[in-house]
Amino acid sequence: MKDQYDVIVIGAGPGGSSAAKAAAEKGLSVLMIEKRQEIGDPVRCAEGVSKVWLRKHIEPDHRWICADVKGSRIFSPDGSMIEMAEEIAGGEVGYVLERKIFDRALACESAKAGADVMVKTRATGLIIEDHFVRGVKLMHLGEEREIRSKVVIGADGVESKVGRWAGIDTSLKPKDIETCAQFLMSGTGIDQNYCYFYLGNEIAPSGYIWVFPKGQGLANVGIGILGSKSGKKHAIDYLKEFVAKKFPDAKVLEIDVGGVPVSGSIDKTIANGLMLVGDAARQSDPITGGGIINAMEAGKMAGEVAFEAISKNDVSTATLGLYEKKWRQKIGMDIDNSLIVKDIFTGFTDKEIDSLAHSLEGVNFSSMSLLDLLYALFKANKKLLWDLRVLFKNVVKYELDFER
Amino acid sequence: MTIKVNKFKCGYCGACVSVCLPGALELVETWIEVDDSCTSCGICAKICPVGAIEVSR
Ligand SMILES: Cc1cc2nc3c(=O)[nH]c(=O)nc-3n(C[C@H](O)[C@H](O)[C@H](O)COP(=O)(O)OP(=O)(O)OC[C@H]3O[C@@H](n4cnc5c(N)ncnc54)[C@H](O)[C@@H]3O)c2cc1C
Ligand code: SF4
Ligand code: SF4
Repeated sequence: MKDQYDVIVIGAGPGGSSAAKAAAEKGLSVLMIEKRQEIGDPVRCAEGVSKVWLRKHIEPDHRWICADVKGSRIFSPDGSMIEMAEEIAGGEVGYVLERKIFDRALACESAKAGADVMVKTRATGLIIEDHFVRGVKLMHLGEEREIRSKVVIGADGVESKVGRWAGIDTSLKPKDIETCAQFLMSGTGIDQNYCYFYLGNEIAPSGYIWVFPKGQGLANVGIGILGSKSGKKHAIDYLKEFVAKKFPDAKVLEIDVGGVPVSGSIDKTIANGLMLVGDAARQSDPITGGGIINAMEAGKMAGEVAFEAISKNDVSTATLGLYEKKWRQKIGMDIDNSLIVKDIFTGFTDKEIDSLAHSLEGVNFSSMSLLDLLYALFKANKKLLWDLRVLFKNVVKYELDFER
Repeated sequence: MTIKVNKFKCGYCGACVSVCLPGALELVETWIEVDDSCTSCGICAKICPVGAIEVSR
């Protein structure tokens, strides 16, 4: 094991592996460390991912694709259904993955590109000298060590400490996190061609229940509720209630739990010698909770910027600011728009959600983007959705008639 | 001041770590460790998806 690398990546999720791969492909020496003994396990994900976006990063492989979905069915509290074809819901559906195998495949890609990988190795702190991050303190199989590097990339997920060690406060408030529980179930009898979403404050306060097909008659049945609504009852209690009613005969084969940041983009994701990516940088989508693709996008950008910075011999925030600029341009806008939508929708009563669903009756979704859908909703419900108008301001094709 | 994590319930997901303001929590591999900066604010117990945390004052 070397004690000096160009780049150390902390965390081997989709964000970390994409960063490690991008940096290694540029010819940098890269070490990726992962505290778990098995990359990808336990899963904290519903495993839905957009096909289009996924293909930008990796060729789909049947070994980690469980289901290929055709669309989404969204149920409002009174049971009204909105059906959307894949292209619209495309943000989050398309394929349902097997994350245990997918995450390992991504790590393998970075290893093939030349990165060293160490599992059962936990970062316990940063080496900071003259206001620059210059390496990582770690614990490997009970032994403490220090490894130096020019750049550190923090891809340590929702529980991230890397940012905090460098003085970036990434702590989340209860209203900034969806707290989630999921069962992998057999015998739900769902149509494997669709992803299902159930809305309502009774069943999932300021969140939703999802049922994603996992092939061979299996399904991920999960729930996310806003942290500020959790307490007396926890996510798992709501999930058990739903499952008892909806799928009384289905069997639980696996339990997954987790938290998704829904804070929207945070002020700062870099320090001298340091970049944060993925859930560590709170880059998951505040409406859907989807974070796989954003983590991969950001990871790739961070790996490439690490190369530029090291080539220029300047790893200060002056150069790493390029990463910050790039990710805000590419994914930050969508994250911020989603935050606006989340803040509006989490305030609705069940009656209001029902009336929104009814207002979409008869609307043809076949060639709509998610923004088109929101615009259709907005037009039919201006009073309720007045605060959404900022989303459409800069989009030329929407005729803006901002009369309430 | 501290908390008690029921390790038989905990799914080692790290959600509690993300909401702890003083940074008192750490997800090691399959367990949560608490250090003495815990203020017993109770936020981690509130948001834990499975209700594995109890606050002791
Ligand atoms: C219930 C649930 C459902 C979800 N559903 C979806 C979905 O359907 N689609 C979607 O796109 N997203 C979904 N997400 C979000 C998605 O799982 C995350 O956004 C994604 O995993 C983020 O990738 P990442 O690489 O940033 O972090 P992670 O995948 O969390 O990886 C971080 C890694 O860092 C490691 N690590 C942490 N600290 C250290 C340390 N100190 N030293 C070494 N290693 C460390 C961790 O062990 C972990 O392996 C869901 C999340 C949850 C909780
Ligand atoms: S939030 Fe709950 S389940 Fe998750 S690690 Fe903390 S105590 Fe365990
Ligand atoms: S009670 Fe508050 S301070 Fe103590 S561990 Fe939980 S969140 Fe942190």
